[in-house]
Amino acid sequence: MNTIFKDETFREDFTFSNSPQAIKRFPFPFWEDKYRYSVNIEPHVAGPKGSVYEFPFDIDEHYVSDMRDRALVLKEDPLRIQALPHMMLAQWDLLELIMTSLARDYPQHFTLKRDGDDWHWINRPLNIENRFRFGDPSTLPYEPMEYITRQCQGDFTILDQRQNNLWMDAGIATSQADWSLDFDIGMNFMEWHAPVPLAHEAGVFDRALKFLLALQFGKPVRRLNWTMTINPRLDTSPENYHKWGADRVTVTPENVGDKVHLRVELQALWRLPRSNAVLFSIRAYLIKMNELVADLDKARRFHRILQSLPPELAAYKGLTRYHEPTRDWLKKYDDGEPTPVGFLFQ
Amino acid sequence: MIQPSIKSRPVYPGLKADRFAKSNIVILDTDGSDAFLDMARSVAGDFLHKTTVLLVKGPSNGRDAAERLNALNPGNLWFFPTLETMIARLDGVLSISRMGTRIYVAGSEPLIGSVIKTALHHGVVHDSIIAEHRGSLRRRVQCVHCKGCTENVTTNPVRCAHCGLTLLVRDHYSRRLGAFQGVCIDAEVPGEIPEAKVEFS
Amino acid sequence: MTTTTSRRVRVDALERVANNIKRFEFVPIDGQPLPFFSPGSHVIVTMREGDRIWRNPYSLMGSPYDTDRYQISVLRVEDSRGGSSFMHESVEAGAMLEISEPVNLFPVVRTGHKHILIAGGIGITPFMAMVAQFKRDNTAFELHYAVRSADEGAYLDRLRAADIPGIHIYRSDREQRIPLATIIENQRLGTHLYVCGPQRMIDWTLQTAREEGWPDENVHYEHFNAPPPGKSFLVKLAKSGREIRVGEHQSILEALEQAGVDAPYLCRGGACGQCVTAIVDAHGKILHNDHYLTDEEKCRGERIATCVSRMDGGLLTLDL
Repeated sequence: MNTIFKDETFREDFTFSNSPQAIKRFPFPFWEDKYRYSVNIEPHVAGPKGSVYEFPFDIDEHYVSDMRDRALVLKEDPLRIQALPHMMLAQWDLLELIMTSLARDYPQHFTLKRDGDDWHWINRPLNIENRFRFGDPSTLPYEPMEYITRQCQGDFTILDQRQNNLWMDAGIATSQADWSLDFDIGMNFMEWHAPVPLAHEAGVFDRALKFLLALQFGKPVRRLNWTMTINPRLDTSPENYHKWGADRVTVTPENVGDKVHLRVELQALWRLPRSNAVLFSIRAYLIKMNELVADLDKARRFHRILQSLPPELAAYKGLTRYHEPTRDWLKKYDDGEPTPVGFLFQ
Repeated sequence: MIQPSIKSRPVYPGLKADRFAKSNIVILDTDGSDAFLDMARSVAGDFLHKTTVLLVKGPSNGRDAAERLNALNPGNLWFFPTLETMIARLDGVLSISRMGTRIYVAGSEPLIGSVIKTALHHGVVHDSIIAEHRGSLRRRVQCVHCKGCTENVTTNPVRCAHCGLTLLVRDHYSRRLGAFQGVCIDAEVPGEIPEAKVEFS
Repeated sequence: MTTTTSRRVRVDALERVANNIKRFEFVPIDGQPLPFFSPGSHVIVTMREGDRIWRNPYSLMGSPYDTDRYQISVLRVEDSRGGSSFMHESVEAGAMLEISEPVNLFPVVRTGHKHILIAGGIGITPFMAMVAQFKRDNTAFELHYAVRSADEGAYLDRLRAADIPGIHIYRSDREQRIPLATIIENQRLGTHLYVCGPQRMIDWTLQTAREEGWPDENVHYEHFNAPPPGKSFLVKLAKSGREIRVGEHQSILEALEQAGVDAPYLCRGGACGQCVTAIVDAHGKILHNDHYLTDEEKCRGERIATCVSRMDGGLLTLDL
């Protein structure tokens, strides 16, 4: 695949947009016309060529700009990336997984040569090249997790497994939908999911935790999560909420198409071999309403999703102020016809 | 007793003596001392002898916690004017403590949080710490924006003592930081701030 | 549905290391390096003879850094379901076996500052992998290994030759016993204790630790809990109505697998809960042999761990 990397911004002038190909492959997460919580985990196996599922780690046209935005976030706020001392082995597991995947799946962009513990990594799009000793952090310009996640799209958390639970003991969050890495580091699975309404009562997290504790090496899983963002802003962290929160009141009936974005997270989980930790990747995709409604099925379905969304969920996802104008704007695309059941993207 | 709300909001099961511990470290404030005095009524002979008590006296409130603890004749009884001075001593004690040492803490939530946070640094598994909440529900709140902690928070919302933003005090709690999360309450419409109500007194 | 994948391996070497203990070395048949594993991991070895299938978990005892082979030790158990006998009698160098990917239900607690390992007999195996890693990354530890005699003590020579401080061996034929209370009484805060060996040794370790004031959270154990035999009984699958006979030396899980039912499992030792299945009806006494369900749950009789538990005759209807 010949990827042309776009030069765009996710802040200030917000020049981000999706090419027709990116719109087509956008992971529209709804398989029916009504949204409800579920564990909705499936094996993270290779999907169709060109899809977001084709490879375990997806590098798309926004890669270079995304990584530039990440570097800016980390420069302003180093606490967006943290690892507790006992997680160093897991950091190396993460580096190995991402490097071997990217070099295998995107050989036109990445090269990895290994001679025992002497590794040689080349990242052509970002113009990075390093020779280092695997296992020796002093041979890399950053700790392993920071080194490789500065070169891979998506937020990552590494979960230490102990006491029949998973503990978020390392991670990077520069493109999160409103949760604080600094605050959640050290919490277990139930604790960091505490603020999510309704799901705990439905037993969703109990089942998910039991499943993840048994997650096997070589059998990663994935699921889709969604929320909405005003403007194509990747960094919607609570840390900066006092800076981006006001965006939510700038939505008018005229600018919904341009400002209101559906934000989908492709979440994947892997068992890491040396540390026995679980890697949790959270990869955000953004699409504005104008781009979404090019496909009438998606437009109709999303209108119905917003119509039927319980108020606690809408509040938790931060939609309250623009829920109504967005619903109203989408109404004209709802012709009352049934939408095909199942996912509407490849 | 603190009511469970969301899953990250800790609840404290109450003091119960571990009769097998080789030594006990007990951290109290004046409200928490009642909990320990209650427990001490039914402990076996040598329990108090192998117990070190650290009492944060704080501003005097008329209760004679120090004297009543003295009357128990524990192995060690130390008094501290403030939380910080107690933590400094506790940190030193833990660095020379052996396995077989049981840690107990009773009093305000910031007291409990500071003790657990300190013990975590020494590799203690937090579930092994026996805790009981007594007295005020006042909170320590970390401002998610400037990372500064504001102490003795009783109202919601509250003004961050460091950066001045008005913060919604959430029930989301971090054991590692020993604090509740505070998030700017008027980010969307600056100035639209609900009246502060006393919620954690 | 099973969640384990299978890998075909060839037996590259085997040796008798002690009375009733044989060591096997597995190498991949495709020449690719084996996955790194975390110490404490085991693999499930699938053995086939005719139409009989056995699946037994065995700890990986080699160094995690040897990715060209996996090593396991098999203790031959008398009156067993047959898996260990099969390994001892029917598996020769060059034989092909299937193993699962490594699974770790007995990991090192990484937040601990020091680790005390207590091993009895074949229980030494997971600790050998841990020691290999501790030596490499300079982690503080002690290993205390109790054997009946030199003949029954696997790997004594290897452990002595490793010349690592902190390894202590106790031979009961010489009246040597692990002085556990003394060992654990002067350990710094943040030390963790691990025991692997016969049930009696585990019970004694847990009790001693508790009496020395160690919190339960710092004590970890692995017991190689083979499913005990018992009377034959019938299992009915509620959804299909199929009836399957569970033999005397067969677990419910094994009977299901033999009948082609893809039932869930993970540790196959009654510890992890993954095989726990809802009971629709039970005619007869349920014999719970697992460590996962609470006493209350066992009393209620609504769920059963199919990998180790049985019925005292009768008929069990499962929600499968």
